[in-house]
Amino acid sequence: MIKIENLKKYYGHIKAVDDISLEIKEGEILGLLGPNGAGKTTTVKMITGFIAPTSGSVKFNDLDILEDSLQIRAKLGYLPENNPLYEDMKVYEYLLFVGKIRGLSKEVLIGRLKEMVQVAGLRKVLKQPISELSKGYRQRVGLAQALLHDPEILILDEPTSGLDPNQIVEIRELIKKVGQHKTIILCSHIMQEVQATCDRVVIINEGKIVGQGTPQELTEAATGGDVMYAKIKGNEEAIISSIRELANVKDVSIADKESEDIRGYRIDLNQNSDIREELFQLAIKNNWSILESKKEAASLEDVFRNLTKK
Amino acid sequence: MSWLRIKTIFKREFAAYFNSPIAYIFIGVFLVVTMWLFFQGFFLNGQATMRSYLSLLPWIFLFLTPAITMRLWSEEKRSGTIEILLTLPVKDEEVVLGKFLSSLAFLLVNLFLSLTLPITIAILGSLDLGPVIGGYIGAIFLGAAYLALGSYISALTKNQIVAFLMAIVASFIFFIIGSNMVIESVSPWLAGIFAHLGLGAHFSNIAKGVIDSRDIIYYLTFIAFFLILNVRALAGRQWK
Repeated sequence: MIKIENLKKYYGHIKAVDDISLEIKEGEILGLLGPNGAGKTTTVKMITGFIAPTSGSVKFNDLDILEDSLQIRAKLGYLPENNPLYEDMKVYEYLLFVGKIRGLSKEVLIGRLKEMVQVAGLRKVLKQPISELSKGYRQRVGLAQALLHDPEILILDEPTSGLDPNQIVEIRELIKKVGQHKTIILCSHIMQEVQATCDRVVIINEGKIVGQGTPQELTEAATGGDVMYAKIKGNEEAIISSIRELANVKDVSIADKESEDIRGYRIDLNQNSDIREELFQLAIKNNWSILESKKEAASLEDVFRNLTKK
Repeated sequence: MSWLRIKTIFKREFAAYFNSPIAYIFIGVFLVVTMWLFFQGFFLNGQATMRSYLSLLPWIFLFLTPAITMRLWSEEKRSGTIEILLTLPVKDEEVVLGKFLSSLAFLLVNLFLSLTLPITIAILGSLDLGPVIGGYIGAIFLGAAYLALGSYISALTKNQIVAFLMAIVASFIFFIIGSNMVIESVSPWLAGIFAHLGLGAHFSNIAKGVIDSRDIIYYLTFIAFFLILNVRALAGRQWK
């Protein structure tokens, strides 16, 4: 549906976006993940047509962002970074303004406005000036603005930044709810957010794509296996050497020291292997006590750090 | 161009003036200053004429129109709303025109309220209406020209104060280059150009009650030129 080819944006010598190619399928929720300043926002600004690329192209089906900007803009809903709003307007005035510019007829606009009030929970603040709203409500107004014309494509740049944990959950649920029937591009520097909402993740660093896939694919590719944590009471050296001899164990290292003879161990395993039972047998045989054991899921966070910390 | 979209932009911008106390302060200052400057001389001369008032108007506009246009674009840039506005399906030209017309409408509100002055004079004595009508028409054109210039300058910066000061300087330059003092001190061929470009000379023609199509065309060209520059300034975001 959206095809981005060899997209570049240079500001003088600074390569903000350096040769990004991407394809986004219809109905997909794509996460653009990267540290601050990686080039996510610049990429998104080019996708919306707000700024022009130095070279490369952005196509929506057969429409080109430079040639058919107005037609594409009509299909897009966009929540820019930092959620700018007209502070001097009241919430309903603002939404009506956006709807009128989008050319919605009066009946459609009123209907959509009512729906947005319900979906985004704006009933209480509809007649308040935007400047008096809390951050959570501001974010909802921004989302309502982006969703007002029921766009095919929704582009959200850091939609939960600056919100408290409850508000973050609310906004994420709102995104998921509306995302069932839309193509969404979501920019974020927060791993959990992308993991919780996106079908596919593209990791960007220093203007380049450094990794992509589903959240699972990415985590597996990065660690190359599973990780297990166990807290065991017993002789440290004996424990390490005997666990190392078990099948499927790649490495054992000490993760933490609780007391003189209690240690936490990190055990790196081959992919999809389980040694919990063998470990238990081993402990009985050697008279160790297993105080804790759990399979650790390598998180997208590790992947993110590995890929972007060079 | 869609008039519906231009109208929507116009309404939002016009309402924005009155959504803050600035509009009321502005109107108050404008009326107090013009009245005071006028009546100061009025009772001294004892004549039912507005000539001194009309000759002051360009100087008052010099400071007032930049205050009208300073936030038009710079505020959008500072707050980031420009990104919302220019990613809506609306042409840059439509936004520029809508904003310009809103600033013009605000100026017209001010001029309309100042009509109390000629009405008062007409009641007190017999007022020659020709120069007054001419003066007001001239003021509208001159004001519109300043507003187009100020709107363009506002599109160049994020800072309202910078937009305000730059617009004063630019308006001042355009106003005085047609004045005798400047024309007599530059080379003859430059003097010819300056005499045409100066906003002030064209204003004094109209203010005398002489409405010449050349003056009108001059003002319309001036306005169109800066509105086009304004559109170009927005297109600057599209530079590769």
